[in-house]
Amino acid sequence: MKVLGFILQKEFRQIFRDKTILAMMFALPIIQLIILPLAANFEVKNVNVAVVDYDRSSFSQKLINKIASSGYFRIVGNTISYRDALKLIEKNDADIMLEIPQGFERNLVREGSQQLNMSVDAINGTKSAIGSGYLTAVLKDFNRSLEVNINSVNSSAMVQSSVIDITYSDWFNPRREYKYYMVPGILVLLLTLIGGFMAALNIVREKEIGTIEQINVTPMKKWQFILGKLIPFWIVGMIVFTIGLTVMYIVYGIFPKGSIPVLYLFAAVYLVALLGFGLLISTFSNSQLQAMFVAFFFMMIFMLMSGFFTSIDSMPNWARQMSNLTPVTHFITVVRLIVLKGSGLWQVRQEMYYLIGFALLLNGCAIFNYRKTS
Amino acid sequence: MNPKAIVCKDLTKKFGDFKAVDHISFDVEQGEIFGFLGANGAGKTTAMRMLCGLSFPSSGSATVAGFDVFRQQEKIKASIGYMSQKFSLYENLTVSENIQFYGGVYGLSRSEIKQRGEEMVSTLGLKNEAKKLVGELPLGWKQKLAFSVAIFHRPKIVFLDEPTGGVDPITRRQFWDLIYEAASTGITVFVTTHYMDEAEYCKRISVMVDGRVEALDTPANLKKEYNTHSMDEVFYQLARRAQRTAD
Amino acid sequence: MKYFINWHVAPKEPQINMKQLFAFIRKEFYHVFRDKRTLLILFGLPVVQIVLFGFALSSEVKNIGISIFDNAHDNNSEQIINRIKTSSYFLLKDPVISYNEIEERFKEGSIKCAVIFPANFSNDLSHFGKAEIQIITDGSDPNTATILVNYLSAIISSYQSQLKPAQGISYQIIPQVRQLYNVEQNGSLNFIPGVIALIFMIVSTALTSVSIVKEKELGTMEILLVSPLKPIMVLIAKAVPYLVLSIINFIIILALSVYLLDVHIKGSLALIFFESIIFIITCLSLGLLISNVTNNQQTAMLISMMGMMLPTILFTGFMFPIENMPVIFQIISHIIPSSYYYIIIKAVMLKGLGFSYVWKETLILTGMAVFLLTIALKNFKIRLT
Repeated sequence: MKVLGFILQKEFRQIFRDKTILAMMFALPIIQLIILPLAANFEVKNVNVAVVDYDRSSFSQKLINKIASSGYFRIVGNTISYRDALKLIEKNDADIMLEIPQGFERNLVREGSQQLNMSVDAINGTKSAIGSGYLTAVLKDFNRSLEVNINSVNSSAMVQSSVIDITYSDWFNPRREYKYYMVPGILVLLLTLIGGFMAALNIVREKEIGTIEQINVTPMKKWQFILGKLIPFWIVGMIVFTIGLTVMYIVYGIFPKGSIPVLYLFAAVYLVALLGFGLLISTFSNSQLQAMFVAFFFMMIFMLMSGFFTSIDSMPNWARQMSNLTPVTHFITVVRLIVLKGSGLWQVRQEMYYLIGFALLLNGCAIFNYRKTS
Repeated sequence: MNPKAIVCKDLTKKFGDFKAVDHISFDVEQGEIFGFLGANGAGKTTAMRMLCGLSFPSSGSATVAGFDVFRQQEKIKASIGYMSQKFSLYENLTVSENIQFYGGVYGLSRSEIKQRGEEMVSTLGLKNEAKKLVGELPLGWKQKLAFSVAIFHRPKIVFLDEPTGGVDPITRRQFWDLIYEAASTGITVFVTTHYMDEAEYCKRISVMVDGRVEALDTPANLKKEYNTHSMDEVFYQLARRAQRTAD
Repeated sequence: MKYFINWHVAPKEPQINMKQLFAFIRKEFYHVFRDKRTLLILFGLPVVQIVLFGFALSSEVKNIGISIFDNAHDNNSEQIINRIKTSSYFLLKDPVISYNEIEERFKEGSIKCAVIFPANFSNDLSHFGKAEIQIITDGSDPNTATILVNYLSAIISSYQSQLKPAQGISYQIIPQVRQLYNVEQNGSLNFIPGVIALIFMIVSTALTSVSIVKEKELGTMEILLVSPLKPIMVLIAKAVPYLVLSIINFIIILALSVYLLDVHIKGSLALIFFESIIFIITCLSLGLLISNVTNNQQTAMLISMMGMMLPTILFTGFMFPIENMPVIFQIISHIIPSSYYYIIIKAVMLKGLGFSYVWKETLILTGMAVFLLTIALKNFKIRLT
């Protein structure tokens, strides 16, 4: 224990003298939490619609007006040429093309139905799905108001069509703001970067300089060395987490609905797991460049699969299994649950089991792999 | 009878088919200054790493400070000091902080560290630099400091891997003064070098060529044997037969 | 460092000494290909990204956990529940019997949505012609919530129209949705040009700059500069292996997209290739610039990653929609070369458009390439004297 004390003393001295680490510790949370949510806004606003109106009647104009005034759409073109509208899509000026057939109103009354073609630029999946969904809803609405008008005129033949009214409400995010979804995730990203990269790079740097060899020749025990590296970076991580939570509150007004101690508990375990991972990487790398690349590679996979950008539900089975095998996934789930929904420890116990498992596994492998004698 | 500081018999290290160290056998007496010479790539560093417990031998046997190199590595490490080619002091810690760290790692108490540390710093003439970062010191002082830190915990044996690279002859001379002083307190010094004049300072030397020990004797005897006046010549005659070039 | 060799006075060689250059280039290749681990990651990175983006990640909404709070337990509600069960959008979980339970399930994360039928559902429907269904969604992911409501509304209204077909005079406007450019429904294809741009950045900018700086750190750079090799040749030799690596990676990504993801490359391969070369040159120039400003490998790495790659990921437009960003970011997006490359590749590769559509972006990209290259070379020369 005494030896551990000396080791920690040295590590802390070195950390606080390293300007890069200090800069990262404070600047990173602030930058990430401010820049990223501004950039990572997946809200779908202003879907651009190019209308090809073959009908050119006051009726079709009414429809176009309704679309324009719905608040979601911007009419960027109103032509009678399919090719012109298509050009708008090709140039990325329009996302959806709506074709109103000739004789729209007339044929609707005569035949009882009319087909409107919507062509969607499907390269951007989210925008197209949501955009076409909205447009369909607007059309249906227009349709409904038609029926009411016409039916009220022909009141004698009116039979009240059954209407199922749908009321819907959003819990936990009534204003549907994207930042509530993204910011907790960014907090996790922050911790992941600190835990995964910093400790790993630090150890590999010692390898490169040669001080690791010097340590290997002393009677220092493996566990002392490893703890000596884990503890300081764990503390740095917890400080960053606190800074992150503070920024989250000050800048976004997001205050965790659930228990903050539980949040910290999870952060603590998560950091241990991630530091173990960083440690493991450092046992395999000989140069800082290598370590950085390997860490980057795995971090990228973890982040992509974690449910941060895209939802886990939509993944095929094999991908979902893979996602379960990364610690990041579980932590993101937990942070979102606790911060936004106020979930308690019992409700998220499964995630805790996973995280503890990871912490043990990764650190175990790292300890096993680290050899004082080669 | 004094037990020998280092004993090795047929010590071998293979990397695949390549024999970096090929069945070397020699002893080192306690308190001796033993020079371990050889060209680059001859296997000196590999041999030394085995003796320090940094690398497992492929075959053969060796004891260092009476402890077995295969099974008692941690005990060996507690009894030896080591100074690598890269000096291995932390450049972003001060002189005192480096002393404090290594002293603590070897189990010295804080008071011992303080006392011995102050002595050491004034002996080296580094009193004014004690609070300076090691990275700011000139090379010669870094070397002397590294050596002093290596023997700070009064080990039985100290291993030095090419400790005097890159400094002027005067500084090298001063360094060897430190080595003599350490030896006079009973510390065995095992030093590798390719400066042949330094060979003259050792009690006995061995010359490694292609992983094998091709000569083992006092400098005087070797010069007689090879009929020359300088160690340079002795070395040249031995190393000429080498087939391996630098790593 | 003062170099007393005055390049202008040196005897003018009629041509560059090609043999020397090739020897140098060969040495550089050895350096690069010897680091197996980094190579593994370099090639593994795009492969993994393509596989993940192509197969695992999608912004589609599927398999969402949903629970029903059925107070009615009648034929109508059961029919609707059945439709929900068989829909691939939803994963029906155990029914709930209270709002509290809904909240509990939301908190556990096991469901994202709940549907509530009132007790007199069928009664209300047949007697009053009107009944209410309540949908509660977990709004923490707003887009998913919106889509879920859309899906559910569609299910319910299709049931409704089946229930009472063509009541009186009803006019149906039927929207027919057609997907352009992505008939295979591969989630979002945006990412392919994005992945390409990212790889070019990593290889051509980051690795090149680190390689040159490493040489400076080791001190061997000076040796090279004093050799009869012109300094430009030194730079070319350093850049060539990474140029080759980038191209190999590029081909791999294209091949994977075509064979693994069934993406059809609609536009002209030659044009794609041409534009890519311009972009690679831009990246290489950036790498060179970075190596000029620092002598420390770590700093070079830091600048490349933070200063180049991060903005590329954030502001090129393949990960996050630019149009939603505040103006400052949109401006940044217009400054970084990868945005233009992204637009060009998207247009040519995925939409099959020709040069006439992308000439403006190509011009800008070329301009950037020339500009950066000139500055980088000038800067390099200045540092010599």
